[in-house]
Amino acid sequence: MLKRTPLFAAHQNLGGKLIEFGGWEMPVQYTSITDEHLAVRNAAGIFDISHMGEVTVSGAGAAEFLNRTLTNDIRKLTPGLGQYTLMCNESGGVIDDLYAYCLSQDVYLLIINASRIEVDVAWLQAQATKFSGDLKLTDASHQYAAVAVQGPRVKEFIDDCFPGASISAMRVPRVTDLKKNEIGGFKCSHGGVLVSRTGYTGEDGFEVVGEGPAILAVWETILAKGQPFGIKPCGLGARDTLRTEVCYPLYGHELDENTTPIEAGVGFFVSLDKGEFTGRSVLADQKAAGVKKKCVAFTMAEKCAPPRPHYPIWVNGVKVGEVVSGTQSPSLNNGIGLGYVPPEFAKAGTEIGIEIRSKQFKATVVQKPIYKKG
Amino acid sequence: MSNVPSDLKYAKSHEWVRVTGDVATVGITDHAQHELTDIVFVELPAAGRKVKAGEACAVVESVKTASDIYSPVSGEITEVNKAAVDDPALVNREPFAGGWFYKIKLSDPAELGSLLTPDAYKAQIGG
Repeated sequence: MLKRTPLFAAHQNLGGKLIEFGGWEMPVQYTSITDEHLAVRNAAGIFDISHMGEVTVSGAGAAEFLNRTLTNDIRKLTPGLGQYTLMCNESGGVIDDLYAYCLSQDVYLLIINASRIEVDVAWLQAQATKFSGDLKLTDASHQYAAVAVQGPRVKEFIDDCFPGASISAMRVPRVTDLKKNEIGGFKCSHGGVLVSRTGYTGEDGFEVVGEGPAILAVWETILAKGQPFGIKPCGLGARDTLRTEVCYPLYGHELDENTTPIEAGVGFFVSLDKGEFTGRSVLADQKAAGVKKKCVAFTMAEKCAPPRPHYPIWVNGVKVGEVVSGTQSPSLNNGIGLGYVPPEFAKAGTEIGIEIRSKQFKATVVQKPIYKKG
Repeated sequence: MSNVPSDLKYAKSHEWVRVTGDVATVGITDHAQHELTDIVFVELPAAGRKVKAGEACAVVESVKTASDIYSPVSGEITEVNKAAVDDPALVNREPFAGGWFYKIKLSDPAELGSLLTPDAYKAQIGG
């Protein structure tokens, strides 16, 4: 039996086409992936992201525990701040990529991938048994729902959706006073919610986490207040094309337990100078000595079908790697993708071939992100 | 509700056939284009190719997925619709008109009898 979010009935009413994703029944699109994608690039879109997992970590030892378990430096977080970070195994392979927020002194919220909740929680608990400090770990995934509202026009109506100043975490008079990666607790008609200025689309926007009834009310309010600004409900299809254009990794594609953050190109979120953490020695070696494979972005250089995951990548008649994400970019109206190749082929401008149904098509390695604003 | 023109025959795999003499025009149905949405690429068989009924002979790609298109009838491809290749969204806009795929000279007209009537196809797609 697939899990359903508190917004399930809302998706049905909106005509959402539902698919299985990470054990959940989620909308892949309502009208058209391209239309929803362009709504986010040009105006606003709202996504149900209730399938994502939430873990709270608290106690006097919480920060030290997280700094030993995650790659980024958690000491940079004061109450109301969040950061992108990764959780690695002993070989530096990625167990998950996540957002860590400091809600108050010694209280942290981790937002993790839906498909990784069980693995992550088991890993965190195993690490916790080896940790002697004061620590409380709670998987609150079943308790929380969430939405993401994204796009350049969101800032014009989001304050109307959350009247009043924040009451916890980052204290601000209005939601739009939150800066990137900041999180604040706000009151809404059906209880408190956490609002962060974050997202997975490359656009300005916010993510809202709370209990089911509160998030359902937030979803309806945002759709109503955003309507004059062209907001559209958006499915996972647009979420994927948006993140691919700006080269944000998706677990199971760019990231897995046999791939390190350095190979994936997210080494910026690995803090080698913060002290010991799981996977550090391998990641330090890779930062110093280089990697054997690198995640590159590419655009197709001739008319062809869109690249897809697992299509082979060729250079000079030799198969050198594989596509991990690929689609037709709605913003650029061109085939785009991400793939792994040896570092000698990772330079922007390198000509590569993508094998699509037994035929090679020309593509060019480009700098990330593939899509840039303006 | 999907459009199912009454003057066409249909395959279970969502292709339509319009017969004129011994030549059939083939395309995909309104229901199919609606399910695929955002068609971004169409690959058609070469003129002169001989295909059998049920053979995968064209590919339609949407933003999300690639789908094979199966020939509803056997014969030799006589003409393909370059306009659909140049502007794949035409298949979304006009699945039964400008978005046709290919014309095929029937080698076994009796096969037409095993295709679905408009009512039978409507019933299949729950319309």
